[in-house]
Amino acid sequence: MYDGKRVRPAYAKLLDWVESTSPEALSQKQRQAEALFRRIGITFAVYGEGGDTERLIPFDMMPRVFTEYEWRRLERGVKQRARALNAFLYDVYHRAEITRAGIIPADLVFRNEAYEPAVVGIDPPAGVYSHIVGIDLVRTGPEEFFVLEDNCRTPSGVSYMLENREIMMRMFPDLFRATRIAPVDDYPDRLRRTLASVAPASCEGQPVSVLLSPGAFNSAYYEHSFLADQMGIELVEGQDLFVQGDFVYMRTTEGPKRVHVIYRRLDDSFLDPLCFRPESMLGVPGLMNVYRSGGVAIASAPGAGVADDKAVYIYVPEMIRFYLGEEPILKNVQTWKCADPSDRKFVLENLADLVVKEVHGSGGYGMLVGPKSTKEQVAAYAERIKGDPAAFIAQPTLALSTCPTFVDEGLAPRHVDLRPFCLVGREVHLCPGGLTRVALKEGSLVVNSSQGGGVKDTWVLAD
Amino acid sequence: MLSRTAENLFWLARYMERAETMARLLEVGYRMGLMPSAGTGYRNEWASLVSAAGSARGFGAKFGEEFHQRDVETWLFFDRENPSSVISCIETARQNGRAVRTALTTEMWDALNGAYLDLREIERRPRSEALLPELCEWTKRQGALFRGATEGTHLQNDGYDFLNLGWYLERGDNTARLLDVKYYVLLPTTDMVGGSIDTYQWTTLLRALSAYRAFHWAYGGEYSPRKIAHFLILNPACPRSLLHCLDTVEYHLDRLAKAYGSRTAAHDRAEAALGELTAAKVEDVIGEGLHEFLTRFVNQNAALGQDVADGYLFGIQ
Amino acid sequence: MRLSVRHTTIYRFDAPMRFVTQSHRLTPSTCTSQRIVAWEVGAEGAVFGASFVDGAGDRVTTMTVEGPVERIDVTVTGEVETFDAAGVLRGHREIVSPRTYLRPTQRTKANGALGELAAGALAAAGEEGDLARAHLLAAAVAEAIAYAPGTTEAHTTAAEALEQGRGVCQDHAHAMIALAQSVGLPARYVTGYLLTGGEEGIGEASHAWAELHVEGLGWVGFDPANRCCPDDRYIRLGSGRDALDAAPIRGVSRGGGTEAMDVTVVVAAQQ
Repeated sequence: MYDGKRVRPAYAKLLDWVESTSPEALSQKQRQAEALFRRIGITFAVYGEGGDTERLIPFDMMPRVFTEYEWRRLERGVKQRARALNAFLYDVYHRAEITRAGIIPADLVFRNEAYEPAVVGIDPPAGVYSHIVGIDLVRTGPEEFFVLEDNCRTPSGVSYMLENREIMMRMFPDLFRATRIAPVDDYPDRLRRTLASVAPASCEGQPVSVLLSPGAFNSAYYEHSFLADQMGIELVEGQDLFVQGDFVYMRTTEGPKRVHVIYRRLDDSFLDPLCFRPESMLGVPGLMNVYRSGGVAIASAPGAGVADDKAVYIYVPEMIRFYLGEEPILKNVQTWKCADPSDRKFVLENLADLVVKEVHGSGGYGMLVGPKSTKEQVAAYAERIKGDPAAFIAQPTLALSTCPTFVDEGLAPRHVDLRPFCLVGREVHLCPGGLTRVALKEGSLVVNSSQGGGVKDTWVLAD
Repeated sequence: MLSRTAENLFWLARYMERAETMARLLEVGYRMGLMPSAGTGYRNEWASLVSAAGSARGFGAKFGEEFHQRDVETWLFFDRENPSSVISCIETARQNGRAVRTALTTEMWDALNGAYLDLREIERRPRSEALLPELCEWTKRQGALFRGATEGTHLQNDGYDFLNLGWYLERGDNTARLLDVKYYVLLPTTDMVGGSIDTYQWTTLLRALSAYRAFHWAYGGEYSPRKIAHFLILNPACPRSLLHCLDTVEYHLDRLAKAYGSRTAAHDRAEAALGELTAAKVEDVIGEGLHEFLTRFVNQNAALGQDVADGYLFGIQ
Repeated sequence: MRLSVRHTTIYRFDAPMRFVTQSHRLTPSTCTSQRIVAWEVGAEGAVFGASFVDGAGDRVTTMTVEGPVERIDVTVTGEVETFDAAGVLRGHREIVSPRTYLRPTQRTKANGALGELAAGALAAAGEEGDLARAHLLAAAVAEAIAYAPGTTEAHTTAAEALEQGRGVCQDHAHAMIALAQSVGLPARYVTGYLLTGGEEGIGEASHAWAELHVEGLGWVGFDPANRCCPDDRYIRLGSGRDALDAAPIRGVSRGGGTEAMDVTVVVAAQQ
């Protein structure tokens, strides 16, 4: 938020408000916000903690603000990236021109665990594989955004974006009246239309879409039910669906009903016990056969994960040049592949200054933040890298931008990142806002909710 | 609607009602335990309660042959190993509710989730502070809150019908079981009939069914097995009578048939059972033997529940 | 040669099932070594649909049976004209990159012993090409795992089969894949039918072998169990990364019962 020593103008109105409000009133507001969240029931599960699986995600009522001018550039960059990632997916499941051209090593694609031979040759409607792309970004300067990672499978967190906004509007109607903040609440409707737009050709009339969830014990179940509700589509589990003939049906009290589009929040390997893990009880037997024969659309497509692999990430700027013939608008963070001997040497020598991640990891688990780790931790991590170099990549620690955040002592700068949500159907749409995650611990760079991070509302202000 | 949603709503209501029944059973036991001469010369009423709750085997496996009040209280209220304990019922009800969160109104969820959160609080308190009458009152109140939230806020659509099917199938079952405890299990010998213990037991039963005053309004005077059997089985005005429950089940099945334009085996069975019960006189019930009659009713009720499940595609395909 | 096939799989359930779903890889495709004269897959009371040709060129079809069902007979009858192509797969339309077959599965993962077996087999070899190396690996598998029906299970891995030194065609194929992948040769599992009879053929009429991707030739079949490459006694049905992936029938039955399966395969040469 700070522009040199000066507060960025976009925040000026907000700070006026903070300054004119007593600390008691502010902390009362914060308590109100928390009570609202608890009532609505937004919780997330934290792995590895045992006990209570439903916990409240900390909410910070100080929003993060973008100007429309800033956002427009970011929007172009995110859309560009989403288009390139989808072009890549189509390509690697067809002729794989990009590996033939030698731009991405063939083994990085074909020997990748996320590459799914079972979907080779499928032509999904509109050629779209990843219908909801979440791009994790950090800002390092006024005009400078870096992409931390891409999420092409089922990026979560959109319910927080919507609920954060809802809560802010309830609590601060005056601020919303006084400023022109781009609305985000049409996201569910956009998503519904995106899904409908990729219904298979065999669909006559209104397509029936469903949200396929692993069930109430999944950590993101709240989001699944929230989204299904907002879209007005059924929230189904594997047991609700069955395959017969050329199609997929859901069991309803009025008899079987054909389903055209499945927005799945279930990992590939659980989708169909006849194609993937045979012991999966969460999936639908025969689903992949119907998908492959064109009877149903699946969003995102099985196998889409090969595009958001952390080792493939390195090549996304090249993809943009290759498929779109454009220069990338958003930058990649410089990344060293530990699989590469000279990169590995550099990483091991500079471990204390780097961030190291597992190639297939997510959620901030299993990563090393060099500058924040002890000598012992760094040494132990070095051993892990040596044990299986290909499983790790390393990046420099960035000077992440900070954002004013309410902490015990009042307002203080905390590091933030941003996940905007891009919908890809027959059209590409970026929701003006997103999920801002904030590292609540002073100096911390880890924003994951499972690691002590919180969330904020994200405002795009009209010029 | 999704079959699983219907199934969850159905079981959500059943479990809420069942939690209430467990509380009512415990209340019966507690009040009977207050009788000065209770416990000697009679079959132990706590034992009969556990068997009425349908979980004698599970209890025996855990606590042995002796039926102590504290163990029964634990078993019927707190024990997660007993799938019908109040805790189990409310947790299962909430699980069913959580699985179909979007099919519930906020008010219904608040009621359900509130019960669950309260329960955690109750569990944290020392047992000595958890007095049985309070626990029973609390449980009945949760049922009332949830039902009230449903009546006041839920769309009167097919989901509402499945909730009600769950409630009334379960309630009929429970009334039959409670009545059976008194008549078949508790009463030791015929010479006690009409005696003060007998009267006390009937009062207790009626109180547990929240029907004590209602009974007096409707019948007045002395208790007799006939009057009570009539009240709890054949009186359509009594909200817990078997006839009322079956009538309500039939009503909701009928609404579903109209909404969906098709009938199921459940409709035929409910219609036949209701026809029989409507025509029945209290003499017929006594003639068949109250216990035999109640057993037949419970079985028929279970078959009806299965018909609903089959007719609306419950369960894994 | 003209081969006729009759392949029956009977499922019996001790309690009626509510719903059965199967995915079939039961239809051979045409290639240089085989021409399909007639082929039919059927099951009484079943619904067939959702049929497609996958990236590896195999026809996949879905079959469902609505319960209550206590028995299902899946019957395959067909006639195929076969030609000896020395194991080389030609004229088979497929688009999956051979490099995807370098990724092991849980069943084909090479352990130390498998790696040593491969290295040992190739130690004597000079600068020979992939084809010669593939033959050496096939011979090593045949030596290391004796044909002994009933000693392994459906889920036995290549490493386990090698450790006990005995197995059936499935184990030979898995071991072959593990060896090939460990030396950088793409390899896959192939199912099919084999005309047995006479003393040279071992294994059953329902058979499995491996294909290795050889630079310049493409996919080449190796049948370590019979120490040969597939010829005109073989009908190629389908392929996959291992026995599970390539299975002619994969199914899920829902309901309370347990399943017993009975398979009969008769392959005969037409005069």
